[in-house]
Amino acid sequence: MVKEIERAGIPVVHVCTVVPISLTVGANRIVPAVAIPHPLGNPALGKEDEKALRKQLVLKALKALETEVQEQTVFDK
Amino acid sequence: MIKVVHYINQFYGGIGGEEKADVKPEVREGVVGPGMALKGALGSEAEIVATIICGDSYFNENMEEATKEILEMIKKYEPDLFIAGPAFNAGRYGVACGTICKAVKDNLNIPVVTGMYSENPGVDMFKKDIYIIETANAATGMRTAIPAMAKLALKLAKKEEIGPPAVEGYIPRGVRKNIFREERGSKRAVDMLIAKLKGEPFETEYPMPDFDKVAPNPAVKDLKNAKIALVTSGGIVPKGNPDRIEASSASKYGKYDIEGVIDLTKETYETAHGGYDPVYANEDPDRVLPVDVLRELEQEGVIGKLHRYYYSTVGNGTSVANAKKFASTFAKELVADGVQAVILTST
Repeated sequence: MVKEIERAGIPVVHVCTVVPISLTVGANRIVPAVAIPHPLGNPALGKEDEKALRKQLVLKALKALETEVQEQTVFDK
Repeated sequence: MIKVVHYINQFYGGIGGEEKADVKPEVREGVVGPGMALKGALGSEAEIVATIICGDSYFNENMEEATKEILEMIKKYEPDLFIAGPAFNAGRYGVACGTICKAVKDNLNIPVVTGMYSENPGVDMFKKDIYIIETANAATGMRTAIPAMAKLALKLAKKEEIGPPAVEGYIPRGVRKNIFREERGSKRAVDMLIAKLKGEPFETEYPMPDFDKVAPNPAVKDLKNAKIALVTSGGIVPKGNPDRIEASSASKYGKYDIEGVIDLTKETYETAHGGYDPVYANEDPDRVLPVDVLRELEQEGVIGKLHRYYYSTVGNGTSVANAKKFASTFAKELVADGVQAVILTST
């Protein structure tokens, strides 16, 4: 799906846990997520901390969308 | 006697389903689960001395560490042969089988064999490195997968000559081999062309690799005024799954209006996905589709607008052809709706 959205001309960031799969399916902007059953959350944290974590990840995804890339790039910093 | 170590996931190991996908690797003496059939197919020449079982999510979330742990477990048995799976179309399982097979081959220098369906992401990742027997897309193909894997594994262990993919049943590795043919190239080429013109089947001698890469689009220039859309393969749907998106092998996607929705709650949304433990996503669907924080960022003026609709499907054994069809359809709508960027989340 990432590839078809990119093909349509819209920049897309893939937020996912298993980065090698994302690379294989051809995503160009990749943000590693927390865990498979809760990519943008962590049930071990309190509600506020969990939301802060999610916000941080979404901001990282937005940053990736604002970054020019020439090839597949994993934004893991 | 050829000593074999077999790798399987928590499901085939009888530990449990998705709720147990986070179990760490463990080793059991002898055969477990599909190892029984494998033992039968290997016959009297080989013995499965141990079975390693690991949760699919644990492996994929801790790839380096898990690989190291599992390698140590395997080493102790000093096997002559390593077999993993078959994984059929289970993505995480396929990635695990491929990763471990490659690590065993590289570190222990023994032959390795696994089995997967052609669309398993583990295939593209590892087909050049290892022998992957092509299997059906579901466990119903066990009866044909196991004998093929055992046969190839024995051949490799006994250092017998390995035939071409079509004969042995493995997925082409991109290895080219010089051979002598009865007829010269020009005649073979013309024969192939004639067969093609007649619409008859023919087999190319040099399949072209499939390079379907899409170049990255330019970055978003003005995030503050951009319309951002959410898409997910994590199966988040309004409670009750109104479009009845299948828990696996999805044949459709859903488009859902989130105008005015500031938070996805367990009362209003849920996941339809059958390929991961749904407890966390059902408790708070924002953990998969972050509508709550995007609303905040919209309020704060970090982004212009969260698009009114989100698109969702279940990426669990869903065919590549279907996923492609879904996305090429809704991507046109996204373009028409003036969406400037997409955040796609996957579980």
